[in-house]
Amino acid sequence: MDIAFLLNGERVALTGVAPTATLLDWLRETRGLTGTKEACREGDCGACTVMVTDADGSRALNACILFLPQIHGKAIRTVEGLAAPDGRLHPVQEALIDHHGSQCGFCTPGFAVSMATAHKTGETDLDSALAGNLCRCTGYAPILRAAEAARHAPVPDWIEDDASFFLAEIPSGGADPQDRRGADSPPAFRPATVDALANWYDAHPDATLIAGATDVGLWVTKGLRDLGPVAFLSCCEDLKRIETTETEIRIGAGVTIARLLDLMRAHHPQFARMLTRFGSAQVRAAATLGGNIANGSPIGDSPPALIALGATLHLRKGDTRRALPLEDFFLEYRKQDRAPGEFVEAVTVPRQPDSLRCYKLSKRRDQDISAVLGCFNLTLRDGRIESARIAFGGMAGIPKSAGEVEAALIGRPFTEATLEAALPAFATDFQPMSDMRASAGYRLQAARNMLMRLWHESRNEPADIAEVAP
Amino acid sequence: MSVTHPLPHDAARLHVTGEARYLDDIPAPAGTLHLAFGLSDIAHGRVLAMDLAPVRATPGVVAVLGPDDLDPMPDCSPSAHDEPLLAPGEISYCGQPLFLVIADSHLAARKAARRADLTSEDRPAILTIDQALAANSRFEDGPRIWERGDAAAAIAGAAHRVEGVIEIGGQEHFYLEGQAALALPQEGGDMVVHASTQHPSEIQHKVADALGLPMHAVRVEVRRMGGAFGGKESQGNALAIACALAARATGRPCRMRYDRDDDMVITGKRHDFRIRYRAGTDGEGRLEGVEFVQYTRCGWAQDLSLPVADRAMLHADNAYFLPAVRIESHRLKTHTQSATAFRGFGGPQGMVGIERVMDHIAHVLGRDPLEVRRINYYDSAPAGAEAGGLSAPRRSSGSAPPEGISAKKKTTTPYGMEVEDFILHEMTAALAERADYAARRAAVAEWNARHAVLKKGIALTPVKFGISFTLSHLNQAGALVHVYQDGSVHLNHGGTEMGQGLFQKVAQVAASAFGLPVGAVKITATDTGKVPNTSATAASSGSDMNGMAVKAACDEIRGRIAAHLAELHQTEPAEVHFADGRVFAGGNEMSFATAAKSAYEGRVSLSATGFYRTPGLSWDRIAGTGQPFFYFAYGAAASEVVIDTLTGENRILRTDILHDAGASLNPALDIGQIEGGFVQGAGWLTMEELVWDAKGRLSTHAPSTYKIPAVGDRPGIFNVALWDAPNPAETIYRSKAVGEPPFMLGISVLMALSDAVAACGPGYPALDAPATPERILAAIDRVRA
Repeated sequence: MDIAFLLNGERVALTGVAPTATLLDWLRETRGLTGTKEACREGDCGACTVMVTDADGSRALNACILFLPQIHGKAIRTVEGLAAPDGRLHPVQEALIDHHGSQCGFCTPGFAVSMATAHKTGETDLDSALAGNLCRCTGYAPILRAAEAARHAPVPDWIEDDASFFLAEIPSGGADPQDRRGADSPPAFRPATVDALANWYDAHPDATLIAGATDVGLWVTKGLRDLGPVAFLSCCEDLKRIETTETEIRIGAGVTIARLLDLMRAHHPQFARMLTRFGSAQVRAAATLGGNIANGSPIGDSPPALIALGATLHLRKGDTRRALPLEDFFLEYRKQDRAPGEFVEAVTVPRQPDSLRCYKLSKRRDQDISAVLGCFNLTLRDGRIESARIAFGGMAGIPKSAGEVEAALIGRPFTEATLEAALPAFATDFQPMSDMRASAGYRLQAARNMLMRLWHESRNEPADIAEVAP
Repeated sequence: MSVTHPLPHDAARLHVTGEARYLDDIPAPAGTLHLAFGLSDIAHGRVLAMDLAPVRATPGVVAVLGPDDLDPMPDCSPSAHDEPLLAPGEISYCGQPLFLVIADSHLAARKAARRADLTSEDRPAILTIDQALAANSRFEDGPRIWERGDAAAAIAGAAHRVEGVIEIGGQEHFYLEGQAALALPQEGGDMVVHASTQHPSEIQHKVADALGLPMHAVRVEVRRMGGAFGGKESQGNALAIACALAARATGRPCRMRYDRDDDMVITGKRHDFRIRYRAGTDGEGRLEGVEFVQYTRCGWAQDLSLPVADRAMLHADNAYFLPAVRIESHRLKTHTQSATAFRGFGGPQGMVGIERVMDHIAHVLGRDPLEVRRINYYDSAPAGAEAGGLSAPRRSSGSAPPEGISAKKKTTTPYGMEVEDFILHEMTAALAERADYAARRAAVAEWNARHAVLKKGIALTPVKFGISFTLSHLNQAGALVHVYQDGSVHLNHGGTEMGQGLFQKVAQVAASAFGLPVGAVKITATDTGKVPNTSATAASSGSDMNGMAVKAACDEIRGRIAAHLAELHQTEPAEVHFADGRVFAGGNEMSFATAAKSAYEGRVSLSATGFYRTPGLSWDRIAGTGQPFFYFAYGAAASEVVIDTLTGENRILRTDILHDAGASLNPALDIGQIEGGFVQGAGWLTMEELVWDAKGRLSTHAPSTYKIPAVGDRPGIFNVALWDAPNPAETIYRSKAVGEPPFMLGISVLMALSDAVAACGPGYPALDAPATPERILAAIDRVRA
């Protein structure tokens, strides 16, 4: 494919790019920019973090699972581009030195870029901004001190400039459907509209659709797979729309988790709060709602919440569209009700008063895959449970509703006794598995206890360790 | 003077700009080849047939070496010659290298390495401690046993007894930079090797052996590592040997780095332990006798497991006087990765054992665990002096005090070494006050009485860690210092930089010796061609030993300059002073550069080596007696946690640390080691969980499944202070080693979690490590039962 982007303020145009070449490998091996490090090659450590700027603003992304076509039309800043061309350091770099924020230094470039991105965007939740950067030496305290110290320094001119000049020069739109990297290579397509995507995918039903590549990226970097035909969705602007009406919220499949998080702050704050623990800042900025649903993982964090909200999934194949309740999309482990050439176009969530509670359980609080994710949407009327939508991740081969538990609750008074009486139903709804994250028994016990958490919270009993002041 | 200044890491600017070069950042010469190992997918068995044709046919592959292509098979072991580079038919663990791919790119090598057609005979694997015990699969003939006095009789005669068992999981190093090496073939068959290693001399030795060359034909260079933590003491040998062999076979430079998953699957980790304990105490919780049985899972090869297990035994006392003690240590051989060095080197596991005993005693007696800890501390003062109320004479119990141990002086370790520098009474009192321990303990109890779902816990635990390699001959270091005629200083020593700030500390020593600013000293890569026969940078000894060696070299050169100037200016050498970049000699003052030029023109050698050997060590590891350590480093931590009794989720609310770095060479770097060590130690005991499946495959082989602490896991309030007192032992500027000891401050978190769980019911939590949410919830169920 042919792509163009801005690298540390300098325009780069590449032709014949292999569609699944990663930005990290290109930076290190082709460009000789070795400041950006590889430490896990799966988007879990942040050592390869780069700053990406486009019309939507700046964000930190993991270069190890970022395919070159995804950065077409964007401005990239690596650690080498944080300092001014004359050597003046970025304020976060100065602060990292002054506050002893580096020891072995291998994670430091990634931290510096994440910190510079948060500094530029004005992000004040540094724990969230840096949760995707692992450090094994410092214990993080000096890095946080550095980030705090740099917070009020002005954004340097050379960092600010990225936003202004590249868009005029580089078309960020789609490419010709015939775009190929060579006669022998499988097709690689970068549609500009959903219609173009629908037509092409209908004709290439064996293709892999790539949005954020936070999952597909690993097929390449860890699975060492050759993907065959691919389509990059990052230029499909109409797939990224959010439309809110009086009755529903329609969220395009291309909406990132970061934007979903912002959206949910207003509608379902507990959903938003759970999403702050979805991956890391780097992952949330790349991963999309459509991807999180369509990869069919039993431990994707958005489906249980959406199922509990009664969401509808909108699928499209060519010009044919259909809609189904989200939970019906998941058939069995990694198997979905999706025809070849059919793709997720959008999700609609009915507008409703907020009563959603989301409990995510993992070994590590941040950037960990859920052992169990429980989402509860109970409505009460006159002390009785009028409706109950309960869905779990991590409890089955798919994201799944707790139908028996719901049935044991609906119509009964909202009391501790009612909730306790519903607990045995969990074993009917779920036969979870044991793996390295949790045993089956623990999953079941924790899921039951999540239901009891509703009761404790209703009594204003503190039940969230994150809320306890030190 | 440059020492004691909180200067930044010498490479801080290079780190933050991305200029700092790690192994894989070294620009490779044209034609460099890349290597990858093909790995076994079973834990135990025999390779019946290995068809490498599909590997060779993979695009980009230049050559493939199987076990039959290597005769003799190179050995990678740092100890027992039991680690063939490639499995010679017998497969000993899942992830063991079987063949070596040499390709024109890293990616091509990785792809090809998965394409072998393997036929193997799967045999029952010994994976667990129980399986190893059942099969009597072990290193050494039987358990090592050290004892003093009659522990069994003392326990039998004691007023109170506790017994139990704790499982202590291993730990993946997760150095951010994975293992890597680069071999550059030289004229005449010589080899230059760049390696990410803590032990360049060992790489040199193993590469020379593999190539059949004398050590002088192999030069190893290490500028820095992106983290190591013990994981690069021996685990880099295989890559360096593979690169050297491939470089000789092809005549081209060869580079190898493990992909993260390969790194985690191939290399060794911290040893996991099971410790059984029995203890007897008086009514106040004062120990009268204690027995430990330590089961150590060593993996398939010996590596450093014997000294690791020894150090676990050596730290079974931690800060406590054990009047009668028996320690039995089983070093078990299993079909898993060969467990290896990891910060603390067995010390942390041994220490967890005795801290668990203290916690258990306090629970049984209903006392504050801190009180129980303090009455069991060693006495402060050396022979003859009493240390106040805390050292009341031991009450007489069923057993007489062991011979040679005075009932009044509780200063002798189980291995017979006198603790002459014990400062934990004072440190504990100071920390308890700073952390407001008593009031917060009361507040925790009050919270727990009022709240049903969230329970809090608090614990203050001490660390006493022995400094020196227990293999005594390793306690030596060398340095090479040049002063150029312009007064600039070129510094080299045997230590390696892995992030701990060793190079800066040692440069501060050199600068101080010459009265120069530290910027006048050029820090250079560790190089076996400059300083030979070095020990691994390990056992926290880097700045102690290399600092002394560098000082010796600098003092030698300074003495020569002084003698030259004294003669020139008709004064005594002792009257020549070096300060602030100036040299003062008999009323004359000149810049250091002028002095250096004058010495050069006076035909004075401005280059010197320095050497240091740690004094006074003697150690019999079989008998378990002697003086294995030069001195002890101390620390204490108070941690408060909160747990969620519905799920077992937990969080560190606050940690206060007081740590003894002696007269710190660089307080900023030392505090960095303490903060980082604590978080790493807390991670080991809480969220970092290694899981092997029933077939011996490591399930947690990537950061997606193995979770080291992230930024949000640091304590909500985190206060770290140095106990600022000079080391009584004659160390470099009276500083103390600081690499490993702070790691064990993390034990305070495990004990605080135990305290929180204990608030849920009457039973004893008996919390295993790592204390994952799942284990905590199970412990809550236990105490309620």
